[in-house]
Amino acid sequence: MGPYAKEELLACVIARLLPGARHAAIGASSPIPASGCFLRKNLDPAFRVSLQQRRAANPFTEGSRELFDLAGQGRIDTFFLGGAQIDGEGAINLVRADGKRFPGSFGSAYMYGVVPRTILFREEHSRRTLVPRVEFVSAKGDPAALLTGKALFSWQKDKRRFRLETTHEKEDIRELTGFDFDAPSEIPLTPPPTAKELDLLRGPVASAIAADYPDFAKRVWGIN
Amino acid sequence: MAAQPEELAALVKDGALLALPPDYSLVAMEIVRALIRRKARNLRLLGVPILGMSADLLIGAGCVAEVETSAVSLGEAGLAPRFTEAVEKNLLKVRDATCPAIHAGLQASEKGVPYMPLAGIGGSDLVKERKDWKVQGDVVLVPAIRPDIALFHARWADEAGNVWVGRRRELATVAHAARRNYVTYEEKKPGDMLEDELLAPGVISSIYVTATAHAPRGAWPLGMPGLYGIDDLHVSQYAKAAKTREGFQRYLDEWVLTPRKNSSPA
Repeated sequence: MGPYAKEELLACVIARLLPGARHAAIGASSPIPASGCFLRKNLDPAFRVSLQQRRAANPFTEGSRELFDLAGQGRIDTFFLGGAQIDGEGAINLVRADGKRFPGSFGSAYMYGVVPRTILFREEHSRRTLVPRVEFVSAKGDPAALLTGKALFSWQKDKRRFRLETTHEKEDIRELTGFDFDAPSEIPLTPPPTAKELDLLRGPVASAIAADYPDFAKRVWGIN
Repeated sequence: MAAQPEELAALVKDGALLALPPDYSLVAMEIVRALIRRKARNLRLLGVPILGMSADLLIGAGCVAEVETSAVSLGEAGLAPRFTEAVEKNLLKVRDATCPAIHAGLQASEKGVPYMPLAGIGGSDLVKERKDWKVQGDVVLVPAIRPDIALFHARWADEAGNVWVGRRRELATVAHAARRNYVTYEEKKPGDMLEDELLAPGVISSIYVTATAHAPRGAWPLGMPGLYGIDDLHVSQYAKAAKTREGFQRYLDEWVLTPRKNSSPA
């Protein structure tokens, strides 16, 4: 297998978190989760992926309210949330930190509470983003996992604490992380994309998301 | 009924609670630009349920005193620079919300009830910050939101005073909730769209429509699905320019304040 982009690896990790999922919704500005979901959909055609901000053929005919109504009924089982800050108790902050203002909470306060499989995703892995305690709780809940540009964590609901599962490269994750977490004595590397995963990502997945994430598709796959 | 965008902008009084859709949902950008030209002041913006470039322009131009929204963002183009700076410099009051709470507040107005219950948000600091939201057991009661004006762009208006927004039904919700609705449109259709079974489900009826104005490509640089897409290049150029006050002013001079240059090249 040849070289691959970091974004492709992250999309593969997301797709591998999705067996059993029936319906994922994708919120604002989430090209990597969207790519992961479309990769999963290529392996499981029954898996439904709804892009909230899809420009053409938007899946919602009652406006953006319908997404939240579907989630409230349990008809969406998978959602992705990021955060300017994410803390060791799984809380996210999309509002303000260190005197800086961020866009706002979007639907997170609600979706985290009602969607059973909420995956936290933030590409930047640093003590700036992964903090002991967020300054403002936009939302909190029980995440299914936390994926960053450097590592994958699982969530231990009973302990309310993350556990490091894999790292994308050999790195001292504890040094880079502001919160405390559990870890096995030997930390495995994240398995790289398989040839099949890369074929799907660069073919049907890339064309499925290019219309809604043009900058991303251009940067990662050279699609204009 | 039919007016120019400038005339509709003149009807938006200073201090009004003005509801605006997100960048992906039919924004009346021609009126937004006209509001900047007429130097609107102290507007209170409501994001339905989030805001983007329209709000950033109005905030940067000094038209806005307060914002209630679930987010302000330029999407793939990044942070909304004028919003961000105004908040960080304490020049703009923000009432932070979450998307379904805004929908619920508008639905309360739509139904003429004082509040709507919303589950799932109890763990958020938003609930602590929003003294007007009342926790009651497992639900939060969100008070009715009644905008003075909702402003949006439609694919069509017709001779009966109806407008067509297709699947962007959050615009119907806010139109039902607002005291007045000012709508720009791409094209005028003869007759009455409510007589057409295929068009009627995407219509907001004349009951709610206060005034309309013809504005071809009136959502530009944002999109009108099926007719023209978001001008991503322009939005990202705006995002870069507006990072500084001077760059923002140059943008206004070129694209907003100079007549005839304020619409799409294509």
